[in-house]
Amino acid sequence: MATVFAILLYTATAVLVVGITLKIRQYSKTPAPLKIPTTPAPTTSGGVVFRMIREVAFFESLFKASKWTWLFGYLFHAGLLLVLLRHLRYFTNPVWDWVVLIQPFGIYAGFAMVIGLAGLWGRRLLVDRVRYISGPSDHLMLALLAAIGLSGLGMKYLASTDIIQLKAFALGLLRFDWQPLPEHPLLLLHLGLVATLLIVFPFSKLLHAPGVFFSPTRNQVDNPREKRHLAAWQKAAVSRSGGD
Amino acid sequence: MADFDTPTLKGFIETPRVKPGVMAHSKPYAAAPEHQAALGFPGELVDDWQDKAIDKFGDLLGKSRALQVYMDSCVKCGACTDKCHYFLGTGDPKNMPVARQDLMRKVYRRYFTFTGKYMPWLVGAEDLTKEVLDDWYSYFHQCSQCRRCSVYCPYGIDTAEISMAAREIMDHVGKGQKYCNEIIGKVHDIGNNLGLPEKALRATLEDLEEEIEEDTGVAVRLPLNEAGADVLLITPSADFFAEPHVDGLIGYAKVFHASGTSWTLSSYASEAANFAMFIGSTEQMTEICERIRKAAEDLGVKRIVVGECGHAWRVAYNFWNTLAGPFDFLDPNYPVPQHICEFTHDLIQEGRLKFDKSENDHMTVTFHDSCNVARASRMGEEPGGQFRYPREIIKAVCNNFVDMAADTIHENTFCCGGGGGLLTDDLMEIRVKGAQPRMEALNRVVEDHGVTHMAAICAICKTQFSKVMPMYGFGMDKIVGVHQLLSNAIILDSGDQEEQETDPEISDTPREGTENE
Repeated sequence: MATVFAILLYTATAVLVVGITLKIRQYSKTPAPLKIPTTPAPTTSGGVVFRMIREVAFFESLFKASKWTWLFGYLFHAGLLLVLLRHLRYFTNPVWDWVVLIQPFGIYAGFAMVIGLAGLWGRRLLVDRVRYISGPSDHLMLALLAAIGLSGLGMKYLASTDIIQLKAFALGLLRFDWQPLPEHPLLLLHLGLVATLLIVFPFSKLLHAPGVFFSPTRNQVDNPREKRHLAAWQKAAVSRSGGD
Repeated sequence: MADFDTPTLKGFIETPRVKPGVMAHSKPYAAAPEHQAALGFPGELVDDWQDKAIDKFGDLLGKSRALQVYMDSCVKCGACTDKCHYFLGTGDPKNMPVARQDLMRKVYRRYFTFTGKYMPWLVGAEDLTKEVLDDWYSYFHQCSQCRRCSVYCPYGIDTAEISMAAREIMDHVGKGQKYCNEIIGKVHDIGNNLGLPEKALRATLEDLEEEIEEDTGVAVRLPLNEAGADVLLITPSADFFAEPHVDGLIGYAKVFHASGTSWTLSSYASEAANFAMFIGSTEQMTEICERIRKAAEDLGVKRIVVGECGHAWRVAYNFWNTLAGPFDFLDPNYPVPQHICEFTHDLIQEGRLKFDKSENDHMTVTFHDSCNVARASRMGEEPGGQFRYPREIIKAVCNNFVDMAADTIHENTFCCGGGGGLLTDDLMEIRVKGAQPRMEALNRVVEDHGVTHMAAICAICKTQFSKVMPMYGFGMDKIVGVHQLLSNAIILDSGDQEEQETDPEISDTPREGTENE
């Protein structure tokens, strides 16, 4: 079993890393031919960095759009972040101090994450506009994330697994020194779902994570009069001698 | 045109229940083969249109980071679902920005993604069938490219970019829209959207000069093709004849006169509008921009000022430098281009214009932020100047000013309903219904604050409102231009001073430092 999961998790991680890398490469190589920042927009690069931080760390635009979606979305994402950081204890030895420090918060975060997902799912089911735009993949994505969260919480509160052994397995993965994995149904489910999530990531709407950084309406400096904006293919296409 | 009822105003902006298909019948007249040919597009739907469309789609994905990222990034969170004025006015769910994008995204997924190729049912991927193409034609012509959705999207997904791409693809397979494509052809042929030739333009301007002299006793000039003038004014051609636009043109002329600025219009580039943006064609857009550059070079002007027009200001402000620049032959002490509101605002700041504000005392004015000015441009040095400048001009010439509700102005502004190439009679139903959110907001300040007039700085807004406002029970003359208000109040020097030569070097002030980049 340990071998199966080791291979699965390696594969999933490889798919994630390669997939995201290729996407990021595609995004960065595709030219942005025109200046299209949504204004009012920052007039300096520093301002753009600040705008992006507000967008990524606080979901500024979503906050303007819908307070409920913002609340549930923020609960989920912030919860997920803390939960992920809490999981670093399985991959570090000795566990880093700050990871020790956030352990109790990580538990609350697990609940926040699941509550956030429930709220987002509720909107999908109850708000007619959001129901209209929701497809099978949208529901499945929520199901996948909720199942990961619930199976994790289940191991904390209902049927705990041997986390000493689990940590040995996790460290073994990092060191290419495979250790046995506790044969605990919830754990196997949890890991299987996580592997699925990693594999699905580069082929799904989860691409919003890298995508937001490449969004021209958000990452462009509002300075078209001061600085001539030219994409590579335009430099060739727009020639002064051409005229009309 | 289908029969329809003008929505009744409810006193607030209500998010409707979704009513699938209620606007599926709305579509613009198709471009005639000769309109298509003039732009290099096939005259009618080509035989292998599906392959051609997918090829073009792939081509655009490789050329536009926005399109590529926006096809991938949407998570269907629903933030945009209640933001489009066309959805709010119709309840048709395909007028929700995300659903409009999905018309294109489902095709993207089918042909360009792994999941869509092998598991189309999972991600809602669909073949580009004739039905889908017809849906594109209908619903991508129910988008005014106003970008309101892009303000609220957590990833900044801009439906305007997607609807431009969709129209570009449709043009390339022979499914063009008459209104835009016919107009673009006229600009290429004659120099303006109206097809107004030089002779007619000159006669119009002479008439206006007479009219101003009759009204004010002052000889204010509207020069045409005067080489060596300092300023080339590029303004939407609606300013030459339409009401209330023409009163704005008179306002610009009075500002130039009062400040002693030598200026000229060009018959070769007698159009600020650039409908090529609406159809997403960079080539056509460039060609129109090049006319303006050529006019500026031929006339030997030092500066270019752009009149009141929303999308034209977006093109001028954001795209001219890229598409037709560099404008290094102009005076580097001024921004290229400059908005007429920037020009006027600076003069007011310096105290160089005199007003009798009481001339506008019969009005209480509110201001409609035009979408392309608000969400796709700037005025002055600071972000948000595009909101401040026109309001400060209004307040300088008018004693009574009231803003509409905060969630309907500035970057939250609602489109007039006629932008993005929809300002045509064959789309009247969607235009009227799309105006509803703005009409609600206007009605609120009319009832609460006795607002009598709404000012705008966009030719499309002015035309659209003068058409649809009467349907909502407002007078068609309740829409005014900012420079029209200014024109009412400005005090001109008496005629004998008009001929005095003003040193161009001191006639205008250089912009403050803009070397912050």
